[in-house]
Amino acid sequence: MTASSSQRPAPQQPAPQGATPPEAPAPRTLPVRELALFGGLALVVLAVFATMGPAYSTRMLVEASCYAILALGLTIQWGYAGQFNAGIMGFVALGGFSATFFSIPVNPAFWASDLPGRLGWVLLAMVVVTAIVFGISRLDRIGLPKLLRTILAIAAGLIGYLVVISWLRSVTGDIESQVEFIGGLGLPVWLGWIVGGVLAGGVGYVIGHICLGLRSDYLVIATLGIAEIIKAFLKNSDWLTRGTATISPLPWPVPDPGEVGFLTARALYLSVTVVMIAVIFFLLHRAYHAPWGRMIRAIRDNEVSAAAMGKSINRRRQEIFVFGCILMGVGGAVLTSFNGLFDPQGYLPLNHTFLVLVMVILGGPGNNLGTLFGAVLVYVIWIMSGPLALALMHAVTALGDSWFDWQPGNLDSRALQARVFVIGLLILLVLRFAPRGLIPEKVAHHD
Amino acid sequence: MPLLEAVDVHGGYGGMNILNGVNMTIEADEIGVIVGPNGAGKSTMLKAVFGLLTITQGEIRLRGEAITNLSPHKLVEMGMGFVPQEKNIFPSLSVEENLEMGAFLKPATASRLKAQIYEFFPPLLEKRRQPAGELSGGQRQMVAMGRALMNEPSLLLLDEPTAGLSPRYMNEIFDRVKTINAAGVGVLMVEQNAKQALRIAHKGFVLAAGQNRFSDTGEALLNDPQVAKSFLGG
Amino acid sequence: MNELIYFFNYVVVAGSVTGCIYAIGAVGVTLIYSILRFAHFAHADMMTLGTLAVLLLTLAFPHAGDPLGLPTAIVMLPVAMALTSLVAVGIDRAFYQPLRSHGVKPIVMVIASLGVTLMLQGLIRLFAGTGSQNLYVDARKEIFRIDVPGVTRPIILTEPQIILFVITIVAVVGLHLFLTRARLGKAMRAMSDNPDLARASGINTRLIITLTWIIAGSLATIAGTLLSLDVAFKPDLSFFLLLPIFAAAIVGGVGHPYGAIAGGFLVGFAETLAVFNWSVLLRPVRDSLPTWLELPNNLALVGTEYKIVVPFFILVAVLIWRPTGIFKGKVI
Ligand SMILES: Nc1ncnc2c1ncn2[C@@H]1O[C@H](COP(=O)(O)OP(=O)(O)OP(=O)(O)O)[C@@H](O)[C@H]1O
Ligand SMILES: [Mg+2]
Repeated sequence: MTASSSQRPAPQQPAPQGATPPEAPAPRTLPVRELALFGGLALVVLAVFATMGPAYSTRMLVEASCYAILALGLTIQWGYAGQFNAGIMGFVALGGFSATFFSIPVNPAFWASDLPGRLGWVLLAMVVVTAIVFGISRLDRIGLPKLLRTILAIAAGLIGYLVVISWLRSVTGDIESQVEFIGGLGLPVWLGWIVGGVLAGGVGYVIGHICLGLRSDYLVIATLGIAEIIKAFLKNSDWLTRGTATISPLPWPVPDPGEVGFLTARALYLSVTVVMIAVIFFLLHRAYHAPWGRMIRAIRDNEVSAAAMGKSINRRRQEIFVFGCILMGVGGAVLTSFNGLFDPQGYLPLNHTFLVLVMVILGGPGNNLGTLFGAVLVYVIWIMSGPLALALMHAVTALGDSWFDWQPGNLDSRALQARVFVIGLLILLVLRFAPRGLIPEKVAHHD
Repeated sequence: MPLLEAVDVHGGYGGMNILNGVNMTIEADEIGVIVGPNGAGKSTMLKAVFGLLTITQGEIRLRGEAITNLSPHKLVEMGMGFVPQEKNIFPSLSVEENLEMGAFLKPATASRLKAQIYEFFPPLLEKRRQPAGELSGGQRQMVAMGRALMNEPSLLLLDEPTAGLSPRYMNEIFDRVKTINAAGVGVLMVEQNAKQALRIAHKGFVLAAGQNRFSDTGEALLNDPQVAKSFLGG
Repeated sequence: MNELIYFFNYVVVAGSVTGCIYAIGAVGVTLIYSILRFAHFAHADMMTLGTLAVLLLTLAFPHAGDPLGLPTAIVMLPVAMALTSLVAVGIDRAFYQPLRSHGVKPIVMVIASLGVTLMLQGLIRLFAGTGSQNLYVDARKEIFRIDVPGVTRPIILTEPQIILFVITIVAVVGLHLFLTRARLGKAMRAMSDNPDLARASGINTRLIITLTWIIAGSLATIAGTLLSLDVAFKPDLSFFLLLPIFAAAIVGGVGHPYGAIAGGFLVGFAETLAVFNWSVLLRPVRDSLPTWLELPNNLALVGTEYKIVVPFFILVAVLIWRPTGIFKGKVI
């Protein structure tokens, strides 16, 4: 039965052959490793402060803290439950859109026209069509043959869809030509953050509902797909998001730099994100040690014995997936607000999915502290590697020019590609040499 | 020189020991039968011989040569054939292709041996183009044994070849094992139908909790009242 | 009649072209799955890599195809296939093999393949940039017009399209013969059926794995090159190819090569039909319609910018109703 042994979950590092069990971490009074790592990280951050100045460094810390929220979302999905989400970017973009839509000023030209009414009618038509199709799909209960019912439902759905979509096209076309876009709601930005989390959680619910009962690869494909679709939608719906024209500036929940200066404003923003992380941390810590968390890990580590717990497994998985997506939505909203610019094209798999993945697997999947550490460390490296890669590119091109007459243009984009390569390599190296991260999850001993 | 010797074999899965000192010896023209209660480690012993699990202590020798912890691939080359207890066929491959896979290392002899196998297991001939997964249980067992025989092994390891078969098929399989053995192939077989198996066995080993409880000739074990009482159901 | 020809040109031909490409891509994914048991997400970038190899060879020897009367890219295809296979085997040895021998869960292999995707993407775009480039270096695509009697509009086929159909047929038939006739092909199927028993039969599983990467690398090169011949070499298609290819493999039943081919054509045609503007076909009857029923000019199901929704929708539908795929794949 080598097949079953190769699929046995958890310890990814094979247990040493022979009778000695993997040595249990001795109960320590002082977490030396954690202290050393965080101390080192603090030094690195201080060095950045010293060389790049406080305003720049504070910005970096705010962004790192936003990423930490995303990473915490992934660590509960991947680390706690073994679900891999490859579409973080989509949830981030959704959160970013929500933050934007709620916080930017109302567009009076739109509300003064007949367009809101027309848009409302289209939305109503959508509801009606859905209801009709749903009704037809139930017709077999009153004796209609199943095949006929299916054909009717599909035909009705198709015609209804075509009608609604052509209305929608005409309304959105008019919005774009008459008032540019529908504008925002002019509400406090934190409302947008919450709704961003809810939207992301909703999408996560649907995806999870479809995929979580199946092989884990399917979840990867589905999340990858939904992320690209969300991005395509936001990018092409000029009437809603101005598309490639982008929206800026975005309001902050704290006084913005124009009022109190860059440093103070960013420091205030940082305090908001730090409080958010503290709250999330506290909640996660409680959940991890509660029966709920134990059950989640039992499901991850041993699906067979967890299956004995019955149907609630899929419920638990669903909960954790949705919860992770909510965090990603909120994190994305906070990050977008801070950037002050909503640009659908700015959401990239590299920056918003794979960077987060590196943070989690390097820091320690399933360990909140490790994840936080990984998020800050990786983000600092990431930011610093930009200029470094550019300098390196210059050097390489100089060599390439003198040796083979190679003169690539557009060094900026090439430097970015070099970072893509490095992130990919980093993922592979971590999986191979430190599969449990720098601060591994402390697995409680269960016999 | 004995065909197979196992001396004080210890081993198990992932650090947990299942075998705690098993000994057995089979000569080149013998049938050895392992019996014992469920979970005694019978299949595990067979896998240990075939290099499918790590042996932590003890030694296994084939014709005097140490084969402890050699890879299955190497052992197949050395003339060992193994028919696992479950999942012992390639279900989506046809019967004929299943047999060909058995001769993977000796493609040149495949067609000659195939003809012999069809003679040996006539029901397979007419089913040879059918996916093996669609055959009956007894026919599948024939495919599984046929696959192992295609490599012309000198030692054949069979894990419960009669499990779940009707008495008619069961007798047929025992018959075949005897014929195979008569042709000069050593057989080591795990069996639940202990009495019948011991009747054709030259050597019998009663395993319990990963250790030999009794080892003797098949006949002696059959007549041993103690063995009969605790392991052969009275 | 003109409308029918239009339909033929824009749906039947275009759908078959896309279908062929997705089918070849999906076969590669499915084969890797059936031998190595993980979803190989770097496949789309392997396609790009293979195409890049073709492009570089074509740039180096722009007129190599002239004596044969074929596009140079096609002449260079076998060389590029060999190179890409080599890279694929190398990637396996360097990155997947160590993880495999650690006995990691399949999902970890999936993440590793995402890492490989990024590495390949980074490397390719570092050297080739992100702009699109034509594989017809110093040459022109030939266009064949076939006149249908009684109709003004001709059936249009381009040279790369004809090459694509021929190569697809050759590749599929070749693969079929290999899997059903060759000793190693049968061993590959055996290993996909029951890896433990394959090992117990003396099948050299390492060799089979190497062979799988060679076939996957070659098929990826073919698919990428055919796609780029038809349009152009675009280094940043990756995630947009991945979804239809995986949808095709899953629709056909993962681990099932013939299912993958069927799935490829299904997804390809579904995409083409979904972005086709149906109002063109209704043009002849438009004048005879009552005035209250005014047909919109755009009757496409989805805009081309939302093409990616189609494979996603198919994927979701299959996962909901028949997760084993139409041909009952091995996996769930
Ligand atoms: N792949 C495996 N991993 C871990 N433990 C295993 C594995 N296979 C078997 N075991 C354990 O090893 C012990 C012996 O199993 P084995 O299959 O050798 O018994 P057996 O004597 O063949 O029983 P049966 O008559 O039921 O076939 C059992 O306790 C079983 O749980
Ligand atoms: Mg057994």
